[in-house]
Amino acid sequence: MYNEHSAVIGIQNIIFLLVAAAGIGLFVWQVRKIRKNVLLGRDLELADNPSERLNKMLLVAFGQQKMFKRPLPAVLHLFVYVGFLVINIEVLEILIDGIFGTHRVLGFAGPLYNALMAFNEILAALVIVACAIFLWRRNVSKVPRLANGVEMRAWPKMDANVILITEIVLMLALFAFNISDLKLAQLTGREMAGSFPVSGAFVNLFGSDPATLHTIERVGWWIHILGILAFMNYLPSSKHFHIIMAFPNVYFSKLLPKGKFTTNPAITHEIKAMLDPSYQPPAPETDADGNPIVQRFGAKDVEDLTWKQLMDSYTCTECGRCTSVCPANITGKLLSPRKIVMDTRDRMEEKGEHPAIFRPNHYKEMGVERVTVTEEKTLLRGYVTPEELWACTTCNACVEACPVNIDQLSTIMDLRRFLVLEESAAPASLNAMFTNIENNGAPWAFPASDRFNWADELYVPSKN
Amino acid sequence: MEENKRLVKVPTMAQMAANGEEPEILFWVGCAGAFDDRYKRVTRAFVQILEHVGVKYAVLGTEESCTGDPAKRAGNEFLFQMQALTNIEVLNAYNVKKIVTACPHCFNTIKNEYPDLGGNYEVIHHSTFLQQLINEGKVHVQGGEAFKGKRITYHDSCYLGRANGIYEAPRDVLAALDADLVEMKRSRANGLCCGAGGAQMFKEPEPGKKDINIERTEEALAALGTGNGVIATACPFCMVMMNDGVKNKEQEENVKVFDIAELIAQAEGLTK
Repeated sequence: MYNEHSAVIGIQNIIFLLVAAAGIGLFVWQVRKIRKNVLLGRDLELADNPSERLNKMLLVAFGQQKMFKRPLPAVLHLFVYVGFLVINIEVLEILIDGIFGTHRVLGFAGPLYNALMAFNEILAALVIVACAIFLWRRNVSKVPRLANGVEMRAWPKMDANVILITEIVLMLALFAFNISDLKLAQLTGREMAGSFPVSGAFVNLFGSDPATLHTIERVGWWIHILGILAFMNYLPSSKHFHIIMAFPNVYFSKLLPKGKFTTNPAITHEIKAMLDPSYQPPAPETDADGNPIVQRFGAKDVEDLTWKQLMDSYTCTECGRCTSVCPANITGKLLSPRKIVMDTRDRMEEKGEHPAIFRPNHYKEMGVERVTVTEEKTLLRGYVTPEELWACTTCNACVEACPVNIDQLSTIMDLRRFLVLEESAAPASLNAMFTNIENNGAPWAFPASDRFNWADELYVPSKN
Repeated sequence: MEENKRLVKVPTMAQMAANGEEPEILFWVGCAGAFDDRYKRVTRAFVQILEHVGVKYAVLGTEESCTGDPAKRAGNEFLFQMQALTNIEVLNAYNVKKIVTACPHCFNTIKNEYPDLGGNYEVIHHSTFLQQLINEGKVHVQGGEAFKGKRITYHDSCYLGRANGIYEAPRDVLAALDADLVEMKRSRANGLCCGAGGAQMFKEPEPGKKDINIERTEEALAALGTGNGVIATACPFCMVMMNDGVKNKEQEENVKVFDIAELIAQAEGLTK
């Protein structure tokens, strides 16, 4: 058998070490692929204001600030989130125990360990409750933003269920481990470190056969840790990757007013040269071989977007808060900001690499296409259609709603810019508006000489 | 002309410069303020307020041109920058420091996007400006009684609210009217767009179940309940869209759409 705190390294520990190393190695390999995909994007300097960025990250990512716009899911999510953070401390113990054959190695911490275990148990129970309610919201009550939308096809729906069920199984395995350990300790009169308010209540459910209990304890332990390793490797292919990406994504989020759209300096030079023939635009940027970099105006494909816009799409939790507040979507138009983000990720993985051997992120191939795309395999038209883009009112509701500070609007705008600047493919009425601005200095066809007519015959009461 | 009224001669930057003068503020009228028949009344109301409080102001008059906002939101960065660089040249030539405008789109563009192109000004939206006048006691809203008990709901402009974080100034201005302020289901940061931003003003909406301004008007009417009420706006685009929505619902007898500047001018007895 085993003795608490005493290290007995056996075959189990060697297997564990190998499995853990393989699991972590596979995860690192997948993350490197994701990093490579994100770096397909254009360069963008976002190192300014570190303290403001850190503050934002603490508030929005760590502090869940924007989640609380919707209190019920926010509280449930908080259980799962805090549960995840705290249970990670126990995972550390599991790793040490697994490698060195110790048992509850952190038990030496005494009261602190008791508190940790008790807190853990309560959170684990709350995680089960929260996940069960989440499953109900997705599959039974069918909360519209989670159930509907062209982008919510077979995979995104299954992905969410896989995550929730795995989390429940992981927690149940933890309880099986704790309960059997507790029962064994009771039977053998062994002093056991930790305090177990939930497991203690269920201790009588388990029989009194030490061999069976020991098996349950081992099976629970192995399922929990193997489950965590497997789950970790599932993350890069899933919306659940947000548990990692939320932090850097919020750190690198836009600090400027939401109404400030990017300015393209290449265009500025061109216009300045037009207005003033003596203006000398700077030499164009060159690549490593000294060839000038020809930049597209706007974005046609993923490499025209910035790395931050690509990172956004790996951060997306597919929660649909953006789409549910989008005025165009609310009134039945084709635009769904969530779809734009998911499209970007799918296209990026089509062009770059898939994190794992399987490619579950790809939602396009699973289900009937509602958005008709042309043959062209680019983000624009291959995934996102002009009709979706032209429906956007640039109102920033999607950006405001996103709990992980994704800037859906910047991607929509860059795609729009490509349509207008490279293809001259704006709707006819917008082209008419452009012409009016060019000719009359106003979006309407009124002569500029009439601009001051409003001031005619204007009276105010005299003060005397 | 009635005896108790005085004809206003709206000063232009060109005249001021010719006289070697500089105004305290430049009032940026905007295309809607200059050309849209309904919104011209807002421009006039705002000038009446400026005249009433005695601020030294001027306008660009025929020298003003579109800020380029609709071009930029429609994706035409080239045309936007053409407009912006030309406008900046004019503004800088007149040594403009402080700009007030009633249009959130002009406000946002000049405030946030012109600095990248060499245009640096203190830009104030008329809601903030009116709030300051009220706080300083320059506007007393003497006729405020006229609004007592009247239901007013304020429709947040995206380019004022979410885009620039201005939620309270227009509400504070309305609060001075002593009216019964009611909020719509979606307001402030959660406010729903009128449907005109992003250059939607200049094109037909994409096919869908309904138009956005109808959805928003329904919310406004629900907030106002039955009977008379006012939908207050602080943006020319919102005004057009809400007006159309009210007409579509055949409520124009009961529900009026006013800009906050018009309500203040009315309360101050300036538009009698």
